[in-house]
Amino acid sequence: MIQFLNVSKHYPNGVRALTDISVAIKRGEFVFLVGPSGAGKTTMTRLLIREELSTRGQVIFTGKNLSRLKGREVPYLRRKIGMVFQDFRLLPNHTVFENVAFALEVIGAPGRDIRRLVPGMLARVGMEGKKNQLPSQLSGGEQQRVCLARALVNNPLLIIADEPTGNLDPDTSWEIMKLLADINEKGTTILMATHAQEIVDTMKRRVIALDTGRMVRDEKGGGYGRAVENNGTSS
Amino acid sequence: MRLRTMERHLNEVLRSIWRNGWLSFASVVTVAISLFILGFTTLLVLNINSLAGNLESGVEMTVFLQNDASPGQIQALGNQLQALPGVTLVQFVSKEQALAQIRQNMGSQAGLLSGLGQDNPLPDAFQVKAVNAADIPALAGQVEGMAGVDQVRYGQGVVEKLLAVTHWLRVGGLVMMILVGISAVFLIATTIRVSVHARRYEIGIMKFLGATNWFVRGPFLMEGVTLGFAGSLLAGAVVYLGYSYMVDAVQTTLPFIQPVDASATLLAVVGGLLVLGVLIGAAGSLLSMRRYLRV
Repeated sequence: MIQFLNVSKHYPNGVRALTDISVAIKRGEFVFLVGPSGAGKTTMTRLLIREELSTRGQVIFTGKNLSRLKGREVPYLRRKIGMVFQDFRLLPNHTVFENVAFALEVIGAPGRDIRRLVPGMLARVGMEGKKNQLPSQLSGGEQQRVCLARALVNNPLLIIADEPTGNLDPDTSWEIMKLLADINEKGTTILMATHAQEIVDTMKRRVIALDTGRMVRDEKGGGYGRAVENNGTSS
Repeated sequence: MRLRTMERHLNEVLRSIWRNGWLSFASVVTVAISLFILGFTTLLVLNINSLAGNLESGVEMTVFLQNDASPGQIQALGNQLQALPGVTLVQFVSKEQALAQIRQNMGSQAGLLSGLGQDNPLPDAFQVKAVNAADIPALAGQVEGMAGVDQVRYGQGVVEKLLAVTHWLRVGGLVMMILVGISAVFLIATTIRVSVHARRYEIGIMKFLGATNWFVRGPFLMEGVTLGFAGSLLAGAVVYLGYSYMVDAVQTTLPFIQPVDASATLLAVVGGLLVLGVLIGAAGSLLSMRRYLRV
């Protein structure tokens, strides 16, 4: 479903964020993207949602070459990808329900779809009881659940999670990981950038390790730091 | 656009306008001033044109004859004038008739003319009317060259001066309108920039959720258009009420001046202002979005 073919990304200020990355991810996989800060994890996700274009090489998503995608096709690409962030990015003055509904509203879904889909999605992440609360009234884990519900409500092919447990305590992190595993179980591909060594080591999924923009390891059922020197700089 | 989307956008627009407070207000007022200038000069120009038209259509030319013209020459000249294309009426006014006319006009002061004794200084003349007022200068030129003609007189000057006034009014009004209009566009652009800035977090979320560019732009375009339209409504109301009031005032104090009073004209001018207000608002929004809303 995802293919990086000799992808390099250099910024005009001289930073070489990615160098010659080639990797393929199949539908239904659960992939950890690991490596120290500045290794290029976020750049990879930016290329996938076409927030940026590769300097060299090709990024292919569901058979489409993203460099050839026209500007007006980009929103439709993004509708196939759910995004989850470390800082949640919920609308502060919208309720839980409204935040999830927002994902449907911005793609012009009719009100009846919103009323039908949102409660089910909130139930799936265990937030149906707090649908009228504001994000500020929720714990970090609860906010991340809402964020997951929002990412899922469009029924995406891929979920990109950029350090989703970065702001959460270990117990809450595991709850989120269980949800992600469950979502993956039902067929959604998951690409998760993370520093959480324990989670990666325990989950035994495919691990793609980056270091200073190069891919240094791609291992099925791997751990966080086997071949890569991890000096504990995770932030 | 779906009704639901429309409703969403409208909510955003109203909230944004309220949040921008003074900036929204300044935008509306600037649009209003610019359009008021345009509306006012347009009506002024229309009126002066109509006044000039009245003067022009009243113009006929008077062909004064040389004193030594023989009756035969006069007869021939009369026929020649009548034969000119575009001429409707040719009337001979003898010097005696002209004097009698003056005597009548002077009324009780006609005694002053007795000093003339038996002399009559007035020449014989033809009054010539043309079908088309605009043809008169050309006709006058032709007639001046004919045998026995001393001088041709028509409303030279007055009409030209009036038309010159309208020309400068039109240019001056347009220049002012364009200058103020440009400030209105930039002020709206600034307002929209502030709105975009206030909502940049939300815009970021909309983008990764897959909102189309026009969905993101929609509320900002609508905000600009709303500000422009509000300004034009204000200008339209002032122009409409002000002009109606002026027409009344002019008709009671200066009854010989006929202002353009077709309410259809007034409505057309006001309607034009509303359309322009919307365009100014849209221009401001688009300008700002091009620079500050990279989607």
